[in-house]
Amino acid sequence: MRVLAAMSGGVDSAVAAALAVDAGHDVTGVHLALSPDRQTLRSGARGCCSVEDAHDARRVADELGIPFYVWDLAERFTEDVVDDFVAEYAAGRTPNPCLRCNEKIKFSAVLDRARALGFDAVVTGHHARLADGELRRSVDAAKDQSYVLGVLTAEQLAAAVFPLGGMTKDRVREIAAERGFGVAAKPDSHDICFIPDGDTRGFLARRLGSRPGPVVDAATGATVGEHEGTYGFTVGQRRGLGVTAGDSRPRYVLGIEPVTRTVTIGTAELAGVDAVVTAAPTWTGTAPGLPFRAEVQLRAHGSPVPCEVTGDDAGGLRLLLDAEQRGVAAGQSAVLYAPDPQRGDLVLGQAAIRSAGASA
Amino acid sequence: MTYSEPVYLDHAATTPMLPEVLAAMTGQLGRVGNASSLHASGRAARRAAEQARERLAEALGARPSEVLFTGGGTESDNLAVKGLFWARRAADSRRRRIVVSPAEHHAVLDSVEWLAKHEGAEVTWLPVEPSGRVTPTALADALGDGSDVAVASVMWANNEIGTVSDVAALAATAHDVGVPFHTDAVQAVGQVLVDFGASGVDALTMTGHKLGGPMGAGALLLRRDAECTPLLHGGGQERDVRSGTLDVAAIVGLAVAADAAVGGRVERAAELARLRDRLVAGVVEQVPDAQLNGPALDDVVRSGPGRLPGNAHLSFPGAEGDALLMLLDAKGIECSTGSACSAGVARPSHVLLAVGADPERARSSLRFSLGHTSTDADVDALLAVIAPVVERARRAGTGRR
Repeated sequence: MRVLAAMSGGVDSAVAAALAVDAGHDVTGVHLALSPDRQTLRSGARGCCSVEDAHDARRVADELGIPFYVWDLAERFTEDVVDDFVAEYAAGRTPNPCLRCNEKIKFSAVLDRARALGFDAVVTGHHARLADGELRRSVDAAKDQSYVLGVLTAEQLAAAVFPLGGMTKDRVREIAAERGFGVAAKPDSHDICFIPDGDTRGFLARRLGSRPGPVVDAATGATVGEHEGTYGFTVGQRRGLGVTAGDSRPRYVLGIEPVTRTVTIGTAELAGVDAVVTAAPTWTGTAPGLPFRAEVQLRAHGSPVPCEVTGDDAGGLRLLLDAEQRGVAAGQSAVLYAPDPQRGDLVLGQAAIRSAGASA
Repeated sequence: MTYSEPVYLDHAATTPMLPEVLAAMTGQLGRVGNASSLHASGRAARRAAEQARERLAEALGARPSEVLFTGGGTESDNLAVKGLFWARRAADSRRRRIVVSPAEHHAVLDSVEWLAKHEGAEVTWLPVEPSGRVTPTALADALGDGSDVAVASVMWANNEIGTVSDVAALAATAHDVGVPFHTDAVQAVGQVLVDFGASGVDALTMTGHKLGGPMGAGALLLRRDAECTPLLHGGGQERDVRSGTLDVAAIVGLAVAADAAVGGRVERAAELARLRDRLVAGVVEQVPDAQLNGPALDDVVRSGPGRLPGNAHLSFPGAEGDALLMLLDAKGIECSTGSACSAGVARPSHVLLAVGADPERARSSLRFSLGHTSTDADVDALLAVIAPVVERARRAGTGRR
């Protein structure tokens, strides 16, 4: 196959590209420049696609003897990922920009362009297994990235190659070291690439400005504090609420109402939910017949919860969880899995969470 | 995919080293000697360096004392722009204006912008004709009475679209109001007649690796009466304007290359123009809506060619230069979008924008540049693939909404 290896400059995508070469594919490396104002040097484990990252990617490509180019997708990324991220927070939701990037950039803008230019597939360093069109969790549970790939459709997956899903991150670093890649010990990326200082609230405050509103106690209906913007909160959040409860029991964010800018908080027993309503789902393969039982992961790095999946009149899903969960935030994806301890949990699909509550 | 012998159509980026340069350099590399040392080894090195200086001066119509060896075109441009600015302003604090074409190489543009940001320079951007040329009238208008101008700079030949300037007329215009004139002749030397003395310019940038010489070796030709503040301080080499131990082997290679390039210029230019005309006609035949950027192929300036003989710069509407380059590269054909920065992210060419092209046209362009190893077979190889490549790139679109 003629494949395009997306190379961030990190160790995962470097090894993925190398393994694609080993597999006999005709590989071309591409580094995606996603930030409109790229920094010269990388700072720590944060930030995105600096010139130094592009250099790291190019070094590996040169060692592999494959062509290498930089594609400027800053405009698309800004519109489809960064602006979407800000708009979602403004609407009181908690988006996942990595999932959006996979959906709109890596497996849409990049894949479309790659296909038009004569490539058969896009190779990335994601930690997930993909074989026979089936997307499964990585063997390395701690590094598994199937959650942020759950949004991909069968058509997108048919043109994707994830060479790393069958190995641990430690093994990836070993391979990189064996091959003498300079990025073998490069730190993992963390957090949101377009917020290099890690201060999401500050980033949103710069974009959205001060939008003060009340913090209301769910039990009493009383206003117990003020906030500078609902975008500083996510459902399930416990720290940084800016209020002190008289009974010294912890409070959690229960809900965010963007129109009245109301943040509702309450105690742990009010924070649990077991009924989740979603927008229309996407499926990685054939749509399963409703209802069915599955496991659902409700946020990145969340634990899977068994649930019953039914449909609703609006084309969305209703998930009845076997056990109450905290921190089920609108805007996050509910990714559905069919458990399979042997071959890895199979990703069935996902749907954006609209709301969550108690079924009783 | 790897090809043992790619079709190289990027001679304006760099061109293969001439065999006689390689021989001269390797001979020199095996010898010890600092050209500033007083003993026999030092004297031998100095002799080689000074012979090279004389040879380079002879090839370019300069006096040996007007040759300052540098690390290449970028350094020469920086030295000329900053050095002339500083020296002129030191002599008269009112001289803070720099008059410059917006189609210059980044080595000039970024030097000018650095001076504007850090040294209080004021920049007057010259209007550029659609051909890429600056007229003497436009320069005269921009200079005014010249009393507040530190330096003017217009390149001899444009690296992207190949426009050849009427440098002598521009230099005379600057001198009419007492302003020193610098020209970046990196692309011009060996392609068109470059005579430093006859042109009247005060400072001229040239480099070796565009002529079949080594990378990292170039020169600033600087008139004896031109005051230029150094960038590099140290041992006082090169008239105290450019300190640093002379790289004798590179200097020897530079001089051999310049000699060969200038000596064989007339015949080679005719051959390059013939190949270039074939290339452009063939591409337009295959891709009828392809547009030539820069001056017409038969353009004339000061009774010489108005366009570099080896330069073909074309836009392919609806295709992205990046995609075209990649697809041609995959077929073993090497060219340039003419605008890659160090990070490798393509920006619309500032040269095309300066000559009035819209950003879409600027982004859809490719530069093919021919040189001393180019053959009809190279042109044939391009013509055999250009139509399907453009068609495929058009299907990939411009990547923009």
